[in-house]
Amino acid sequence: MQPLNELVAQAASEIDAAVDLAALDAARVQYLGKKGALTERLKGLSQLSADERPAAGQAINQAKKELIERVNARRDALESAALEEKLAGDAVDVTLPGRGADIGGRHPVTRTMHRIDEIFRNAGFGVRSGPEIEDDFHNFTALNIPDNHPARAMHDTFYFPGGNLLRTHTSPVQIRSMVSEGVPIRIIAPGRVYRCDSDQTHTPMFHQVEGLVVDRGISFANLKAILHQFVEAFFERKAELRFRPSYFPFTEPSAEVDVLWGEDKWLEILGCGMVHPNVLESAGVDPEEYTGYAFGMGVERLAMLRYGVTDLRTFFENDLRFLRQFR
Amino acid sequence: MRVAESWLREWVDPDLDTAALGHQLTMLGHEVDGIDVEGEGIGGVIVAEVLEVSKHPDADRLSVCSVSTGEGDPVEVVCGAPNVVKGMKSPLAVPGLTLPNGIKLKKSKIRGVVSNGMLCSAVELGLGDESDGIIALPADAPVGTELAEYLSLPDAVFDLDLTPNRGDCFCVLGIARDVSALTGAPLKSAEVDAVDKAIDDVVAVELPEPAGCPIFAGRVIRGIDPKARSPLWMVERLRRAGLREISPVVDVTNYVMLELGQPLHGYDAAKIQGAIRPRLAKSGEEVTLLDERHLELNEDTLVITDDSGVLGLAGIMGGLSTAVTDETVDVFFEAAFWPQDYMAGRARAYGMHTDASMRFERGVDFRGQGRAVERATALLLDIAGGKPGPLVVTTSDEHIPVPRQIHLRRSRLELLLGTSVPDETVTDILNRLELSASVSDDGWDVVAPPHRFDIAIEADLIEEVARIHGYDAIPETTSVATLPLETVTESMIHADIVARTLIARDFQEVVTYSFVDATDDKTVSGIVSEIVLANPISSEMSVMRSSLWSGMLHATSSNAARQQERVRLFEIGKTFHGALDKHEEVVRIAAAITGPVLPEQWGSKSQAVDFFDIKSDLEAVLRLSGDDTEFVFQSADHPALQPGQTAEIVRDDVVVGVVGKLHPRVAKQFDLKRDVFVFELDAFKTFATRAPVAEAVSKFPAIRRDIAVVVAETVTAEQLTGAVRSAAPSLVTDVRVFDVYQGPGIEAGLKSVAIGLILQETSRTLTDGDADAAQAAALQKLQEEFAAVLRD
Repeated sequence: MQPLNELVAQAASEIDAAVDLAALDAARVQYLGKKGALTERLKGLSQLSADERPAAGQAINQAKKELIERVNARRDALESAALEEKLAGDAVDVTLPGRGADIGGRHPVTRTMHRIDEIFRNAGFGVRSGPEIEDDFHNFTALNIPDNHPARAMHDTFYFPGGNLLRTHTSPVQIRSMVSEGVPIRIIAPGRVYRCDSDQTHTPMFHQVEGLVVDRGISFANLKAILHQFVEAFFERKAELRFRPSYFPFTEPSAEVDVLWGEDKWLEILGCGMVHPNVLESAGVDPEEYTGYAFGMGVERLAMLRYGVTDLRTFFENDLRFLRQFR
Repeated sequence: MRVAESWLREWVDPDLDTAALGHQLTMLGHEVDGIDVEGEGIGGVIVAEVLEVSKHPDADRLSVCSVSTGEGDPVEVVCGAPNVVKGMKSPLAVPGLTLPNGIKLKKSKIRGVVSNGMLCSAVELGLGDESDGIIALPADAPVGTELAEYLSLPDAVFDLDLTPNRGDCFCVLGIARDVSALTGAPLKSAEVDAVDKAIDDVVAVELPEPAGCPIFAGRVIRGIDPKARSPLWMVERLRRAGLREISPVVDVTNYVMLELGQPLHGYDAAKIQGAIRPRLAKSGEEVTLLDERHLELNEDTLVITDDSGVLGLAGIMGGLSTAVTDETVDVFFEAAFWPQDYMAGRARAYGMHTDASMRFERGVDFRGQGRAVERATALLLDIAGGKPGPLVVTTSDEHIPVPRQIHLRRSRLELLLGTSVPDETVTDILNRLELSASVSDDGWDVVAPPHRFDIAIEADLIEEVARIHGYDAIPETTSVATLPLETVTESMIHADIVARTLIARDFQEVVTYSFVDATDDKTVSGIVSEIVLANPISSEMSVMRSSLWSGMLHATSSNAARQQERVRLFEIGKTFHGALDKHEEVVRIAAAITGPVLPEQWGSKSQAVDFFDIKSDLEAVLRLSGDDTEFVFQSADHPALQPGQTAEIVRDDVVVGVVGKLHPRVAKQFDLKRDVFVFELDAFKTFATRAPVAEAVSKFPAIRRDIAVVVAETVTAEQLTGAVRSAAPSLVTDVRVFDVYQGPGIEAGLKSVAIGLILQETSRTLTDGDADAAQAAALQKLQEEFAAVLRD
């Protein structure tokens, strides 16, 4: 009879040589099956003496265990090779674009407006809106711009028969909000405004964001602080501002705000001031008890600075090739 | 307003260079839009005297001049100017110089005669846009002096963007006064010497409308030289301010207006008949103005009249009948105070805007009328001679404004600025601004000077203090919020979330104009809007849109024309409805799609969009409301949409929007060549919602039962699913249409619809019996309501 170690070596080499699962199974049956060589040997133990039996039995069982492990190892190897082969056939060109739709994008003006909105919301401002077709009272008179005031001529107003008009600024929302909510108040009012002017640097429709804070003890120093913080938040950088005396009928003192752009260029970005006592009074607020500040900024202007747009008119041409840059 | 630095420095001369002075003007609130430097590049050009003029031997139109340069021998110069005469003084450029217009001078022979330089015109020196010969300098111009030095050149001209509240700054004096207040540099006195009368002639002035004309200063000057011309220095100053030389009388009035801020008018005194009477125009009166414009007058307009009728518009423009001409020898100067109330908006009503009306509307110093006439008289006598009559100032004292007294509280100043300014500083600032201030217990008592019409209340004084003290000197102090937190509502889906949803579904947002073409608006909405602008930019932008579609379709069309095959746009904006006197503004959300469903790609076959593509986008948006089952799609008609592919979206019996295929006729009108599908929603009605109310998720398995029925093709999916749902409302959690079939095996006019029922209970596991019963009930409902036949 062949020595056990030779038998095991022969079995091991056949197991390792199995090229597929069928060959492996054949080898397993040949040596470990019910009539396999090792199984036969175990059966043959009974012919041995009681002294020899335990050692021989142990040797056979040990050999059997090793071969089972070897079969399992070989099976794993064959299976994973088969899987790999199958997967290799499933490979795709990962550089091909994905299936399905693209995504769209925001319009740069609403994107900018949303950004302004977010900054002021974070500072605790509420957001309000008002009608775009306004009456003369809210757009002018209540804002301390009486009939025949020279500032009216500067507004290039669109009128409707009967005297209503398209609001020339978002400032009427100041009046409407103070009247409906009372004070203290802390709001911004973004929206469309209209002026009868159309050339390279003017479009007859544009967007503004108005701000209004009225409370006890509000000062020009507070106004300077909030606007400086806003500008730095908006441009995401340190910014040098210049508050320059100016004139708006609805604020006193009034200022225009320039931001330092590059080395030595001051660019005007917004107008502001302390709410004029006449404006507070026309909204039913006692100017002795309350003070406030207001500001107004042109959204297109800020969008142009932020995103490097050089021609205002492109905002309203809605050319997809332009708009897609802002998604 | 354009202010020459040299003129300004004559009035106030702070120790600042041009750029620093410009910066200070800006920081005073007189924004410098630009600084133009006049008379650069004329270094080396000198004042020369023409000693002899002889004809060029070989050229009729040229002269050969012997010219003195002040030192050495006279030089010979060839000159082509028609006005060159012996004895005149004129600028001379010598060989080697390059003139501002680029001409490089060399010694040259002109038709055989050597020319050692060039006598120059204003154009050649960059000192004017037109000239009719070489510059004739005044007889006393010092020969040999640099022309630049003689004319105070180069001179910076500040282009100031003045604010309408500061009427007092529309003159050199006013600007100088502010610069003086800021810098402390002394201000030249605005007092002028009175001119003694040489004759007693006067024009009588009566004030029948004293409130409209409380002060009228006038003076007659007889026998001026009608051939006289304004001196170069004056013409230069006028030019730098943007005004042309016209005649000595007109130039003098313009000059005094630019210097002192008081507009004047010069009449041909010989043409005035009887007394001057400023009054309001009467109905039907007419006038022809200096510029030959003929006006029918409004009754709110102040006019100057004499016995012959209306002579001109007070404070706006004089009339043609009494205009000064090149034959005028007798002049009458007028300087009046026309109050703002009588001037505001008047010029505009005639489509006019003049230097005078602009100043009177903003307020003119009511001390300055006599002074202005004195100054103008002195200047005119210098230029054109003549004999002055007495200065006559006719007034109605009770109608002259009373200087306003205003109290400034120290506490208020500190509160409003958020910083304290030392008392002495405040007093000093107020006094420097001529706001004569006296210190009181709690602040200052201030009297506003007559040139400051903008100082009326305490806040105006606070601004003045801040302006001169410097906005830079005010600190930045973050305010402490005393307001409660803002409510963030869940009762409305924010438009921004809708926008983001559409963007995620490959829509690009557009912003289109709120005013549109009337025909387009009617095409897309089917109604004729009443909300029409009185003064539109153009007829294509005259009607307030009643739908977002017209702007959107134009945007779709223009993008398609730019080779954009696949266009998917949306806009969120207002539409305008109702009547002019009672209109409604509605926020709408609209979208349009055209072209292939997907961008061109390898993985999917290209397929054009259809109704169910836009409906899918629309449903995604509706789903944001939390419960899309509330929305019912009903087949509908719409003037802009194709019948049979149009649905209204109904929520609680209210139409909240519409979706469909653009009618081919409409598509053609907008130049759209491919099918376009659109929707439009009323944002408020669609996205009013509530916070979700959570329900426990069932722990028990769901059972599915499918029913396939054949029904008439007119029966809608929504009718079928509604019926199925109502058959066993407590068990049916979902109903799905998973197949719709028409074709072989199904009779024409009918369709097969396969419906899946998802059945579930929260408290127990459903049995097959439960499911069978629900399925049977559903089938029965379909049979009863739609004569449905069960399909095997």
